[in-house]
Amino acid sequence: MSQTRTPFRLIQSLEYTGAWLLAILWLSPLIYAFWSAFHPAEYATRFDLMAPLTLENFRTAWDQAPFAQYFLNTFILVSSILLAQLVLCTLAAFAFARIEFHGKSVAFVFVLLQLMIMPEILIVENYTTMSKLNLVDTITGVGLPYMASAFGIFLLRQTFKTIPKELEDAARVEGCSLMEILLKVYVPLARPTYIAYGLVSVSYHWNNFLWPLVITNSVDTRPLTVGLAIFGAPESGVEWSIITAGTLLAVAPLLIAFLLFQRQFVQSFMHAGIK
Amino acid sequence: MMSVYGWLMFMPAATFLIAFTYYPTVATLAKSFYSQGTALRAAEFVGLENFEYMLDDDVFWQVAWNNVIYAAGTIPISIALAIAMALWVNGRLPLKSIARMAYFTPTILPMIAVANIWLFFYTPDIGLIDQFTRLFGIPSHNWLGDPNTVLGCIIVITIWKEAGFFMIFYLAALQSVSPELEEAAKLEGASRWYFFRRVLFQILMPTTLFVLINAVINSFKLVDQLFILTKGGPDNASSLLLYYIYEVAFSFLDQAYASTLTVVLLAVLALIAIGQFVFLDKRVHYQ
Repeated sequence: MSQTRTPFRLIQSLEYTGAWLLAILWLSPLIYAFWSAFHPAEYATRFDLMAPLTLENFRTAWDQAPFAQYFLNTFILVSSILLAQLVLCTLAAFAFARIEFHGKSVAFVFVLLQLMIMPEILIVENYTTMSKLNLVDTITGVGLPYMASAFGIFLLRQTFKTIPKELEDAARVEGCSLMEILLKVYVPLARPTYIAYGLVSVSYHWNNFLWPLVITNSVDTRPLTVGLAIFGAPESGVEWSIITAGTLLAVAPLLIAFLLFQRQFVQSFMHAGIK
Repeated sequence: MMSVYGWLMFMPAATFLIAFTYYPTVATLAKSFYSQGTALRAAEFVGLENFEYMLDDDVFWQVAWNNVIYAAGTIPISIALAIAMALWVNGRLPLKSIARMAYFTPTILPMIAVANIWLFFYTPDIGLIDQFTRLFGIPSHNWLGDPNTVLGCIIVITIWKEAGFFMIFYLAALQSVSPELEEAAKLEGASRWYFFRRVLFQILMPTTLFVLINAVINSFKLVDQLFILTKGGPDNASSLLLYYIYEVAFSFLDQAYASTLTVVLLAVLALIAIGQFVFLDKRVHYQ
């Protein structure tokens, strides 16, 4: 027995070392960003434990680009998309889960199509649509293509289907209308799904880049990612430490939320993924 | 009567889906048969001319090939890493919740921010990679400026960004595997590798297929890093299909040709969709 155990232990400790090396490797870009952002520029590439700490880079970054405006834009964008998604997806999901209507299964297949053909792919044509609607360079224009989400409809439909029908029947006996049943029975019981979907949606749209880049062209509408891309572009000639400081500023809200509610985040992504 | 309610409730979402998914899909297809209109000359029907032009376009073939390499480079490695990560985090790894956080963090960071940081790793001479390789006497290298290494650099970032995200799905699947299974295998004298290969890997199969589809879609969708790191260069060596579409439509202002290229992308996605329905056990994820 002891003969087989020693190599097993050895393999296991090698494996754990590998797991930890990978974890460190995975965190290293972020660690480096912190190093560079909190130290004076001359230490950006020199690693000296005695290097003085500074917040100067953050102040410079904040002054050099309209980050406050970008934050506001991203905030408006992300919350309006989420709000619209919640309303539209709840209604559609309820119809697909609990109401019999003509052409329902065909309609549902069409909805699922959007899981494949996401708005990112259709930037050319959607840009034309937005210019016809006079919505180029507006936050509304950035948000519109994402407001009906096949993923949200699908996720909520699956959840609504698990809710016992007896609850609905009981509510109906009490004299509740269809809308009241949805709002008082289904929505409260689907809370975990709403939280999961909300987290996934917020992190997706906080980070989204290509479509916002295409459709915005002024400081008043640009979300953080687009602002950051312009700020950090090599041709802008901004110093490294200032770019990393700006980058950390841009990711801070999401990163802090993630570190605080790590469990919730991971579970939400899991919940959203296995439905 | 209920039928009316059903449609009424679906209508708001349907309107948006039609306006921003179905209509543009059809319009893209239509536009690919027309020439690019100008102020002087309206767009006219040209049949397959755009497609013929595409087949003669060297850049198209290069970005298509790049995209194949990008997919082949990112998908297997990120899936293998995701499985390893999930097994570690689900097992008895010391301080595993910190490791899980480390693996998952790239998922919630925007690609643009990530590219800003990685740019510094790849910078010649003063970049971190060159500083590290210098310790071993390896001469400095312009990682992003060399057509032979630039796509590899992009692939590494994508793997780093995706693996932790895929880990989540495996983690969810592993949590439904009862621990008795492993105990039983151990009693039977099965090695860990044998147990993984013959039992766990089979159980994880539906998850792998699901992740695989997401990974394939991502390999056509994830192009944000190019905007910061390479702009598709040098000489289109790192350009990908969606990035090329963006360039053609918004830098060269040729919407007709951009639509033609989009049709190729749509065709690829349609193939994936069909493959999914044929090969994938539908009950697993889309019941």
